[in-house]
Amino acid sequence: MTTLTEDTPRSSDNRAIGDEMIGFIVMAVLLAIVPLTGIYPFFVMQGLCFALMACAFNLLVGYGGLLSFGHAMFLGTAGYCSAHALKVWGLPPELGIVVGVIAAAGLGIVTGVVAIRRQGIYFAMITLALSQLLYFIYLQAPFTHGEDGIQGIPQGKMFGFLDLSDPITLYYVIMFGFLFGFLVIYRVINSPFGEVLKSIRENEQRAISLGYKTDHYKFMAYVLSGTLAGLAGSLKVFVAQNASLTDVHWTMSGEIVLMTLVGGLGTVFGPVVGAFVIIAMQQYLAGFGQWVTVIQGAIFVVCVLTFRRGVIGEIAHYFKRSL
Amino acid sequence: MSISLPALSAQLLVGLINGSFYALLSLGLAVIFGMLNIINFAHGAVYMMGAFCAYFLLNIFGIGYWPALIIAPIVVGIFGMVMERTMLKWLTGLDHLYGLLLTFGLALIIQGIFQNYFGSSGLPYAIPSELQGGMNLGFMFLPIYRGWVIVCSLVVCIATWYAIERTRLGAYLRAATENPTLVRAFGINVPRMITLTYGLGVGLAALAGVLSAPINQVRPLMGADLIIVVFAVVVIGGMGSIMGSIITGFSLGIIEGLTKYFYPEASNTVVFVFMVLVLLVKPAGLTGRAT
Repeated sequence: MTTLTEDTPRSSDNRAIGDEMIGFIVMAVLLAIVPLTGIYPFFVMQGLCFALMACAFNLLVGYGGLLSFGHAMFLGTAGYCSAHALKVWGLPPELGIVVGVIAAAGLGIVTGVVAIRRQGIYFAMITLALSQLLYFIYLQAPFTHGEDGIQGIPQGKMFGFLDLSDPITLYYVIMFGFLFGFLVIYRVINSPFGEVLKSIRENEQRAISLGYKTDHYKFMAYVLSGTLAGLAGSLKVFVAQNASLTDVHWTMSGEIVLMTLVGGLGTVFGPVVGAFVIIAMQQYLAGFGQWVTVIQGAIFVVCVLTFRRGVIGEIAHYFKRSL
Repeated sequence: MSISLPALSAQLLVGLINGSFYALLSLGLAVIFGMLNIINFAHGAVYMMGAFCAYFLLNIFGIGYWPALIIAPIVVGIFGMVMERTMLKWLTGLDHLYGLLLTFGLALIIQGIFQNYFGSSGLPYAIPSELQGGMNLGFMFLPIYRGWVIVCSLVVCIATWYAIERTRLGAYLRAATENPTLVRAFGINVPRMITLTYGLGVGLAALAGVLSAPINQVRPLMGADLIIVVFAVVVIGGMGSIMGSIITGFSLGIIEGLTKYFYPEASNTVVFVFMVLVLLVKPAGLTGRAT
């Protein structure tokens, strides 16, 4: 039985870290010069929010081996809570983000207690069912405004001086938010905690026999992943200026899975690439109605049958590098 | 609080009907999981295909409800077997989760194509003339078609249980679930058995689709939300036992019906809440083995 992801052979850990560091610097520089290139910043901002979301998801599935099919619940919950805090309570942006992230962390703790009780296929079904439960709650709760969602969210001034209604300022704030989340995830997967997580993915029974309380590790990975997904959801509120039911729906969870799968499960940069590929595809095919769904389904099928390492995973495998 | 018996029985009836769909679908999922070790995410999509198949048979070929009840599950079952032979087969030996991802993709493709041609609104499918009207049972009015759906799915569920637990073919099936290599060594064609099993599971879902067509209308997304509830049912019941899936399916339908009467706001969520409670109290599910 092979697991969902396989580690690219690391000739030495130093070299792997070196590759990933270079990759990170290249990515940061590319992102920093985006406003100079004339690329539509809204598109890149949207891509960054989903990229962070996919990275957070990848932390759980790629390193912990836990496939969550309900990760949209964190995106949507943080989005709703941030949006409510900004619009109704009139909080400044930084506190709005904090509210959203705390809400996502709380949701992670509550759902985590239930979800990690079963593994593998059951974990996927449980998380999907939990997110559907939340979907119906948000559909009926008054503060989410049901089908309309929360609209016209004020962007405000972050820390009192960063005017987020200016696209360039907003872009850099989102970029820093993304890079912060990315580095947290990167630090986690290269920490002793991350190593234990990988050992659980490879062989949980053995990890237990070595004395690790694997449930604790899985629970922490789940909460952490949900919290960072919440950060992505809160940031997205400033870009889209609305929070709606689409962010909590199971189709969104499916898209997050797809992004990570296309980029490469268990790779550091894969989810980022996958997120941009899928967002770009949706933009270009926006006029084709439901064919977008069909194409997404076809990508799923092709990826699973022929391309299980994903774009970055295949590149890393070919060059025997760690990316 | 005064209880109105006719209203309560009406909701219980709706609950029993939903329960019979849950039972048929979770039964198929359990049978497929036993043999193929995958969770068939496309189960909702094939349920929808069953309903559409009946609709096409009636509107294009003029073939009515009764033949459709046989033809649609066979046609959709063959479609399923083709999927198994051309795609799912290649996932043998890989992580279970790849099966989930692949069938999720297939569900998106199937539902997307139907949505393109039929939009999201429902197409009507008339109740066959023999089953129109209703009976007055004294305490409630029972539409005959609804009674038929419950009886029919109960019979099919029990027949499936009998075939798997009590016949020679079922014994081969159970043996192959336990140890496919050993069963192959006895000269039984296990790959063919796997394909037929997938076809059977898919056919059961399509049958549920045909049964539901006159009640719920024929819609491209009719199975999309249903399958998530069925997943919760499967988590509650566990997939270890066939009878367990059947009983859990019907019971949750009844619980949902009761909720619709006593606290309608929670009728969408009650199955999921129940799932959470079961996981907290009995993590392995009510009838299942721990995984």
